[in-house]
Amino acid sequence: MNISINGKTEEISEITLAALCKRFLDHPHTIATAVNGQFVSVNDRPEITLKDGDKVEILSPRQGG
Amino acid sequence: MTNSQFKLYDTSLSSRLIMGSALYPSPDSLIQSVKAGGSEVVTLSLRRETAGEGAANDFWEHIQKLNVHLLPNTAGCKTAKDAITTAQMAREIFGTKWLKLEVIANDDTLQPDLFELVEATKELSSQGFQVFPYTTEDLGAAEKLLEAGAEVLMPWGAPIGTGRGLMNPYALRTMRSYFPDTPLIVDAGIGAPSHAAEAMEMGYDAILLNTAIAKAGDPVAMAKAFKLAVEAGHLANQALIIEQRDMASPSTPVAGTPFFDLDKIN
Repeated sequence: MNISINGKTEEISEITLAALCKRFLDHPHTIATAVNGQFVSVNDRPEITLKDGDKVEILSPRQGG
Repeated sequence: MTNSQFKLYDTSLSSRLIMGSALYPSPDSLIQSVKAGGSEVVTLSLRRETAGEGAANDFWEHIQKLNVHLLPNTAGCKTAKDAITTAQMAREIFGTKWLKLEVIANDDTLQPDLFELVEATKELSSQGFQVFPYTTEDLGAAEKLLEAGAEVLMPWGAPIGTGRGLMNPYALRTMRSYFPDTPLIVDAGIGAPSHAAEAMEMGYDAILLNTAIAKAGDPVAMAKAFKLAVEAGHLANQALIIEQRDMASPSTPVAGTPFFDLDKIN
């Protein structure tokens, strides 16, 4: 199935959001996630199984004004 | 009564200079500038994580060492919905209820979308956020933001990054008079320390700026300059500035003026 991760389409087999985050980066504690525009808390990530067409946003702290 | 403490929501602060963390030439320049500016509140953002790059985490580690209050923003959001989702993500990461709420209406002016701003303020306040809305001097919008739950307002001085100072001092002065008990922060458009001093002299509670320090030739020195200007402006406001006059009025006593050459006077 295809999902979008931070705007980039990736082909991936069935996976939870928690597992995706773990695979995606090595500092899972400094990110926050949203799926299809809805915030998903760190505690809810294991409960979310991603579906074809889902849009995942993985954000981290950055400079800002 | 110099720089007395003031409150933003339930947090007491001494420094009335709030600094952004973007656009600095280096992380060290940011750290040293925040220290020189004496700021107790620093703004920051959330952006897409890029796998395999450690830059974001380096920044986060630097900021945490500063031991300041964090004010995450929703920069770039154009709808209330996007701003709300970003706010929820920011609260989880930064562990703060504070939120600099930006909902942008126009890419050229970066002016706030006041309709979406009010909607997002209402929802976020109901979710327990302490919202700092980036707004204009519009009094109608300001009242609606307060009704929606905001307890602090942040009108712009000029569009973000322009450095043009207070474009509408009349309206900013009116806003200050209209909301005497609401903490008001001029956010955006400040270019020079004199701009910051002008707003503080009007009675604004604090100044939020980023570009004017970060892009200065010497950011650390400019941070100190802004610190002094904000303190000077606040102190001047507390000391009560004299009324302007149309006609000249001598400051040196007139009585006892010596007339050495009476012939020339007549």
